[in-house]
Order: sequence, then structure tokens, then C-alpha cells
Amino acid sequence: MSPLAFYPLAFVCIASAMGVVLSRNPVRSALSLVASLFCLAVFYVFLQAHLVAALQIIVYAGAVMVLFLFVITLLNLESDRGLGEKPVLSAIGFGAGAIVAGGLIAALSRTSLGARAVTLVPTFGTTKVLARQLFGDYLVAFELTSMLLLVAVVGAVVLAKRDGSYEGDEQEAAVPARSEEASH
Amino acid sequence: MRAYLDAIAAGYPTVSPALVYLIGMLAFGALVVFVFILPVAGITSWVERRVWARIQSRIGPNRVGPGGFLQWLADGLKNLLKEDVIPAAVDVPLFRIAPYVVVAGFVAAFVALPFAGSLIIADLNIGILYISAITSLVVIGILMAGWSSNNKWSMLGGIRSATQIICYEIPVGLSIFPVVLLSGTLSMQGIISAQGWAPTSWHMFHSPFLFVSFLLFFVGALAEGNRTPFDLPEADSELVAGFATEYSGMRSLLFFLAEWGNLYVIGVLVSTLFMGGWQVPHFTDNGVVLAVAQFATMFVKAYFWVFVAMWVRATLPRVRVDQFMTLCWKYMVPIGLVNVVGTATMMVVLPQGSIVLRWIMVAMTAAILVQFARRVFFHLRRANYGRLGRISEGAA
Amino acid sequence: MSLELEFADGRDVFATEDMVLNMGPQHPSTHGVLRFIIRADGEVMRSAKADVGYLHRSIEKIAEKVGWHGFMPYTDRVDYVAAMTTNQAWAMAAEVLGGVTVPRRGEYCRVIAAELGRICSHLLAAGAMGMDIGAITPFTHAVRERELINDLLEELCGARLTFNYMRIGGVAWDLPPGFGAKVLRFLDHFEPYVDELDDLLSGNKIYIERLANVAVVSRERAIAYNLVGPNLRASGVKYDIRKHLPYSVYPEFDFEVPIGEGRHGSVGDCWDRYIVRLHEMRQSARILRQAIDGLPEGPVIAKVPRNYKPAAGEVHVHVETPRGDQSWYVVADGTEYPYRVHIRTGSFAAMAMIEELSRGLMIADLVALIASFDIVAPEVDR
Repeated sequence: MSPLAFYPLAFVCIASAMGVVLSRNPVRSALSLVASLFCLAVFYVFLQAHLVAALQIIVYAGAVMVLFLFVITLLNLESDRGLGEKPVLSAIGFGAGAIVAGGLIAALSRTSLGARAVTLVPTFGTTKVLARQLFGDYLVAFELTSMLLLVAVVGAVVLAKRDGSYEGDEQEAAVPARSEEASH
Repeated sequence: MRAYLDAIAAGYPTVSPALVYLIGMLAFGALVVFVFILPVAGITSWVERRVWARIQSRIGPNRVGPGGFLQWLADGLKNLLKEDVIPAAVDVPLFRIAPYVVVAGFVAAFVALPFAGSLIIADLNIGILYISAITSLVVIGILMAGWSSNNKWSMLGGIRSATQIICYEIPVGLSIFPVVLLSGTLSMQGIISAQGWAPTSWHMFHSPFLFVSFLLFFVGALAEGNRTPFDLPEADSELVAGFATEYSGMRSLLFFLAEWGNLYVIGVLVSTLFMGGWQVPHFTDNGVVLAVAQFATMFVKAYFWVFVAMWVRATLPRVRVDQFMTLCWKYMVPIGLVNVVGTATMMVVLPQGSIVLRWIMVAMTAAILVQFARRVFFHLRRANYGRLGRISEGAA
Repeated sequence: MSLELEFADGRDVFATEDMVLNMGPQHPSTHGVLRFIIRADGEVMRSAKADVGYLHRSIEKIAEKVGWHGFMPYTDRVDYVAAMTTNQAWAMAAEVLGGVTVPRRGEYCRVIAAELGRICSHLLAAGAMGMDIGAITPFTHAVRERELINDLLEELCGARLTFNYMRIGGVAWDLPPGFGAKVLRFLDHFEPYVDELDDLLSGNKIYIERLANVAVVSRERAIAYNLVGPNLRASGVKYDIRKHLPYSVYPEFDFEVPIGEGRHGSVGDCWDRYIVRLHEMRQSARILRQAIDGLPEGPVIAKVPRNYKPAAGEVHVHVETPRGDQSWYVVADGTEYPYRVHIRTGSFAAMAMIEELSRGLMIADLVALIASFDIVAPEVDR
């Protein structure tokens, strides 16, 4: 991969990743994450993994992040008010962050950062090879994952079905009922 | 393309070849955008206005140039010169970037669109997948525009659009699978090469499953392109102008540019996947003549679907959000799944396909078209407007 | 497991809020300067409150200052989509108070003008209905036909929108020569056109899906809310002022009162309100043919003094406008100015009902609802 392409991309990727964490505005955070995911997809392209790059964009940047944005814009969160103002929650957040950071540092310290030259087989990363692996070697794992997702979808539908009917003018009644359900 | 750049790089040994590639690709990209994409999108706007006018018994733009043809240039110029209004309470950076993101998403799709047998910017081996991936940028741009405008109508438009594009990605994807199964490749040129110039060798007429796939794809593509009857994101009678409400001048025009350009993308995709793309009979050995003929074939096929989309827009009312979702999840997705399984079964039962079935499919489609044309002409004869003129001037 | 999450200010994290949307006063589908305050949960409305008054021009008060003859041009502005019938209502109120009898030819001229105006208004309503649902073509086609009527009315009285054609005691001008033949020629062209509009729009699958069973007004609710005109008839109540409180020369004509039948859903849904208007255009064409055929000779206006001073008293006249029963309550005190004028219009009643109907509808349905009620903003506010 040419350094001419790598360094600008890497810079954009890291800058947008920082943007996710540092931005106080949730929508901008989410959009930074989209940018970061796009940069990752470009890296995949340079690493000859075209299919993974396309899937990365379709699944993450296209579907998951759009749903994120969707929810955030609907919630209309204000940038300066969040859960962080509760001391207990802040403490939990910092603790979890510290654990993750520690784990990452530990993992990185065991890896050598030097580049290794790898010769790729000509079919590396093509759809055919990937499909062979997914639907041949790892078929059971693949199917189990899809079952898991299906269960999650059904669960989400059941949860969503429980509230929200618009009969009559019970808007005052509807709001507490909803929060009560969520708390069980 | 690559060989050409190699030759240039060889001429400048002091410059890094990577830099030459980069500059060369950027220049080529800019050329394609200015020479092809912008004019096609602009002219489509003029065609759309004229087609609508004809359908609505109006005249349409007819002042600038012959038949009003230069109207799109005049509009572009006008919008470039207009003030770029940024309302006070918007999220300024996002508001400014959003139109560019939308345009980038649709322009990037042209990278993998075939124009002729030898004319394609990059024949990616994941071609069709790349196109459906990169067009998701459009959703993000629209959501950005909707949210940053700080206007509830804009936001509703943005949310509607996001819902719409995410949901219809699934039936569209499902309707692409049978084609990919048949062709055995995701590459756009590969899919076209798997078909021939004659309608009987088009994927569309391979089996009833493929024909239904084709219908699903066209409907789904209309929905993804925010076209009537699925133009809910910019439903002017409900949401003012949807996500584009607060935009003015060139930024507003960029959204429309993307919409009109997307029409052409839809047309090319339909003709590539189902109608044999640029395939022409091999009538000459002259490569240039053949390429021109292929390009013309592709363009005519694509533009036919652009015209159909305009026709649909002038004809149909708009569906409601819940009906729209019902159509997607209760009808199109199950039908799409059946199509995938059905095509796979067909390929096991009849590995070579059946030429008899293809001929029956072509004949049935022709019969439907003829019947439709007869109905159209019947109604045209019956319609009695135009004969009357200004009543008050006519002698009794 | 209990999950108690709150924001720092004590609000529940999972609490939801309604979105308050402001539809209008400037909005493409509010048919004039109307405003709705919508409380919506996503796309579903909890309520749409009408905020009227943006087009209030004190027309009723103006009547008390300009005199009996002088008020006629103002009546055009009460409902500028169908000014002829408003003209007629004012003329009738003044005539009843002053005991003036209109010559028969004058009455026929009024009927011809009013029915042309009714077709005009219904064309606009049907076209705008398609437009609001998202079908852009029917509107231009309907407006094209409306243009022909505008030409006819222009020839009749010189104006195309605010006619000022009627006078106390009759009409201002007799029909121009050859006018009857032109109207008949127009009708020959127009009656097939209604069928064409029917083909173009009424049976469209998406159109039916959007309108059938949306905002159903039952017979009882329609009467309780005092809906009038096509909106009432769409709910299955056969009530037309021209038939049931006859005025002018309407009893001499043979026509039917179409009512909603619930062909694609319940009786009284948006689709019924649309189709009733379409049928009414056909009936108006029928009336026009009979009026042209039976046009009597004679003067078109009675002798009415320039300084018109009806005797003290009060009157309540009803006129069937395209938007239903328009009732004028006029009090005279024997001077050259009316003492009090009050107009009750069809759009006003329909407007009052929107808040109840809007609950649980989607925002897109509100647009269909406004269009199906054929609300004309100036008529609401006056």
C-alpha cells in the first residue's frame, strides 16, 4: 500500500475516531464514526479484501450507523446533558474505560509493530473463497449466528409490540405506562 | 487506463508512479463527472420537465435554446449565482457538507457502471455490491441534511428517507441475487457477458422468477431513489420539501442533481442486470464502431427506464408511510426470498435453462406490451380535449 | 431487574415526548392561509388543532358600513373559489327583506352562473385532492377544464374569479348572444371529461388505499358537527338545500343528490367525499342543460331603487354553495345599511371537525383530510 495513500487516510481515520469520543454532540459523534468506518473500508480495499470492504460499508456505515443516527435524531439529545452528570455513572464509565484501555495496552505490548511481508494467493479475498469458508468450513458457526440474530429480531418485535397504541386521547396516561414497562 | 498511466509515469522517472496514478485517476474522475454525469443529470431535468408537461397537457420550459433544451444550463447558472442562505440556527458544518456527501455517493456509483464493452472506469469484481454499498452515502447525506437543518419537517424527511433506503435495500438485494446466481459473478461486465444481445438471452426472460425479480428491482430502485410513488422524503404536499426545505441556491440544486443522476444509475442497473446491458450483435470488427454501438445501446436502454420512472411519477399518487413499509416487508421481501430459492431450484433442475421457457416469456411480455399500447391508444382516441380551444372565441 | 435511569435533572431516560409541529400558515397543502398545530408521536398525530383567523378580513362588519348594493363585491371575497353562490346568497337575503321579486330570466341567469361556478369549484377540489395525495397530473387536467369555464364566465360578467355578477333584484347583465350554445358546447366536451377524470384518478389503487377508510365521518357525527354540503352527503345524509329548502328556480329542474356509498370502505371516508363531488359535477351539468333549454324571455333585473332601504326585520337565507349550506343571517333596521350580517359557511363546520378526526391519523392523512373537506381558508375566517 502506497504511503501516499496510507498516511492521509490513516490521519483521517484516526481524526474521525477521535471525533467520535471527543465530540459533545451525539450526531456529530455518530457521523465521525461513519467517516471512520469508511476509512477502514478503504484500508480493506488496499489490502485486497474487496468483499469485506463492501460488506463493511453496507452493514456498518450503511445500515447500523444509519439506525444509530436515526435513533439519535429522534431522541433529540441535547449535547450538554447526559448520564455523565450522575457521579455513580461517571465512575462506572471511567472504570470500564480504564479496563478496556489496559487490555488494549497489554495486547499491543505483546505484538510487534514491524511490518511483515506476506505473499497472497491470487484468489485472496474474493467472493468465492469467502463464500467457501462461510458456507463450508464454518457453516455451523454461521448458521448459529444467524439463529441468534433471528432470536434477537423476534425479541425486539415482541418488546416493541407491547406498547404504543393510539386509541383515544390518553397521551398523559401513555407516557408513564411506557416508562413503567421499560423499568421491569 | 492503467497502461496509459504507466506510459506517463515512465516519461517522468523522477516522480513517484503512485503520485502519477493518483493525479491521473483524479483527473479522469473529474473528466467523467463534468463530461458525462453533470450533463446527463442536467439534461434529465429538462427531459423530465418536458415529459411531465406533455403528460399534464402543458408546454414546459421552451424559451432557452431549441425546445428549451438549454434550460438546465440556465438553471444551473442561476443557482450558482444565488445567495447561499444558511439559516441562523442550523448546525453549520453539517449543513454545508450534506449536499456534497449526497452527490459524492451518487457520483461514486459511476465508478463501476459499464458504458460499453471496453468502457468502464473500474470493472470491480464486486461491482454490483460496491454500487449498493457506496450509494448508502446518500442516506447519510440526507440524514445529515435533515438533522442539521434544525427544522422538524426536514427531520421528518430525513428520517423517512433513511427508513426507506434501509428497508428497500433488502428487496433490492434479494432481487439482485438471482441474477448473480445465474451469472456466477458480481462484476458488472461479467453479468452483461453472461447475457446476449437478443431478448431471449436476457436474464429477465430466463424464468418467471427472474421476471418477478426484475419488477421487484425496479420498484425497489424507485424507492431507493426517492421517486414517486415513494417520494415520501420530499413529499411536497406533506413535508414542504422534506430534507431540502432549508436549502437554497446551489446546495439545493445538488440534491436534485443527485436525484436526477440517480435516475440514470437506476436505468443502467436495470439494463445491466436484466436486459443484456450493452450487448449488440457482432456486426463489425471495427472496435471503435462497436464501442459506439454498445454505448448507444446501453444509453437507450437506460434512458428508457428513466423515461418510465418519469411517466410513473406523473401518473401515480404517493403511498403513505405505513403502506410503504407494508409493501416492503409483507410483499416484496417474501417474494424476493421465494425468487432466490426458485432460481436456485431452476438452476439445479435445468442447468442450461430452457430456450422454450425463454421464448414463452418473451412472447408473453410482448403480448402484455401490445395490449397495453392498445389501451393507451384507445384512451387517446377517446380523450377529446385539444379539439375545443377557447370556447368563448368559437362561433356557436 | 429494575433499571432506574434518570437524567441529571430527574427526567426519566425512557420517557417520550410528543413532537409539536407547526403546519402552516404557509404550507403547500393547507389551501390558503391555514395553520394546524400538530402534536405527533413520530408520524402519528395525537391531535391537529386548527388555528384559524389568518384570513380574517371583517367582511361581516364591512357590510354594516357599505350599504346594501355596495356590499356585493365583498361577497365575492367570502369564498373566492365559488363567488357566484355567495353573490346569490347576499342578493337573496336583501330581496327577502325588501320584498323584491326577481324576474324569471334573472333567476335562470343566476342558476346558470351558479352551476358553472359549482363545477369550477369542484374541479379545483378534485384536482387539488389528487395533488395533495401526490398525483400531480389530475390537477393540471382539472385546471385546464376550469379554464374553459373561466372563459365563459369572463364573457358573462368580465371577471374570472371575483365576479360581482348578481345584483339585488336580479343579475347585472343578460347572457351575451350565443352564450347558451357555447355552454352546451362546453357541456358536450365536459361530460365525457368527468368520466375521464374518473378513469384517471378514482380507481387508482394507491389513491383508494390512501383515501378509503381514512377519517371516516359517521352519519351521526356528521349531523352532530353540523357538516353541510358534499361533506354531509358523503356520510350518507341526503340533504341538499336546492332540493330540501328550495330557492330560486331549482324546483323546476330535474337532478339527483348523490350520496356517499362507501364503495371502497366505510360510508363517509375521504374517498366518498371525493366521489360525491365528482358526481355533483355531472348533476350540475344536467341542471345547466335544462336551464339553457328552458331559458325564458324577459328582463333580468327587477326595478330596485338606487337607495335601497328594506324594512326593519331579520332574515335567514340558505344557499347551497359548493361547500354546502351557506346561511346568511341579516338584520335590517330600515336604514340604507344592514344592521348586522352573519355568515355561516361550510368550511367552518368542516374545520371544527378536523381536530376530532385527526386523532390517530398520520400526517399524510391530515393532508388528505383537509383536501377531502375542500376547506377554503377565506370562507372559514371571512
